[in-house]
Amino acid sequence: MDRLFAKTPCAGQLPLSIGGMTVSEVELGPMTALSPRKGQGAALAGALGAAHGLDWPGAGRATAAGDARAIWFGHDSVLLTGAAPDAALAGPGVLVDQSDAWTVVRLDGTGAEAVLARLVPVDLRAPGFGTGATARCRIGHMAGSVTRLETGGFLLMVFRSMAQTLLHDLKSAMEAVAARG
Amino acid sequence: MRITCPHCGDRDSREFSYKGHALALERPAPDAGAEAWDDYVHLRENPAGETRDLWHHHFGCGAWLVVTRNTLTHDVLGCELASEARR
Repeated sequence: MDRLFAKTPCAGQLPLSIGGMTVSEVELGPMTALSPRKGQGAALAGALGAAHGLDWPGAGRATAAGDARAIWFGHDSVLLTGAAPDAALAGPGVLVDQSDAWTVVRLDGTGAEAVLARLVPVDLRAPGFGTGATARCRIGHMAGSVTRLETGGFLLMVFRSMAQTLLHDLKSAMEAVAARG
Repeated sequence: MRITCPHCGDRDSREFSYKGHALALERPAPDAGAEAWDDYVHLRENPAGETRDLWHHHFGCGAWLVVTRNTLTHDVLGCELASEARR
C-alpha cells in the first residue's frame, strides 16, 4: 500500500459531448443525508439555516447558498452537499455520510430535456420543472435524483455502482436525439 | 394505473411496490391474545369494492403510502402518507 489515489465514479470517461449536449462529472464535495428525528423537523430546518444559510427544501425543491446545496431527497430526507454538516445538525437530525456513494453528473445543452424525456418518466420541461426543482424518479432502470440547475442544465444522481449504466443510457439517448437533428 | 404520491405527484404504478392491505398499520398489542394475532397475521378480506393498500414508493421518495382503490372499477380513489394515515 504505497500511495492511493481517489477515483471519481466516471473517471476518464467524461466529459462527453454529442450534438450540442454535454455530460460532465460533478464533484459536489461532502454529501450528507439529513433526516429529522421524530417531531424535530422545524428544529432541524432552523439548524440548517443557522449553520449553512440554507432554507430547508420542501418536497421537490432544492436550495443553494454558495457552494452548499440542500436537495430534497425523499420522505423526511434532504441531501446536504458541498459542505461538511455542522455539529448542531446532529441534535435534531440523523446524519448519514453519503460522500462517494453517488455518481453525480450534469447534462447541459439545448437537447437536454429531449434526452431526459427518453429516460425519465417525469415531465422535466422548464415551465413545470424550473430552477430549484428536483425529483426522485427513475433514470432508465435506476432509482435516481434529477435537479434543475441555475444554468438551465440538469444534475443527475444514481448510485455509484451504476455509473457505467448511466453513461451508457445517456450516450444512447443523446445519439438518438442528435440523429433527429 | 397511476398513483398520486403526496410528495412526488402523479406517477406510474411501476415506481411503486405493493405490500398488502393497510391492516398492517393496526398491529395488535403484544398481549392482545392468539385470536387477535391470528387475525392480524393470517386473515384477510377480499373486498369487491373499496380497499386500502400499503404501497412503497421505492423509485421515488421512499415513503410508505396508503392507497384507496376500488377492486371492481380499478379506480384509484386516494393516497396518503402511511405516517399520517396511522396517526
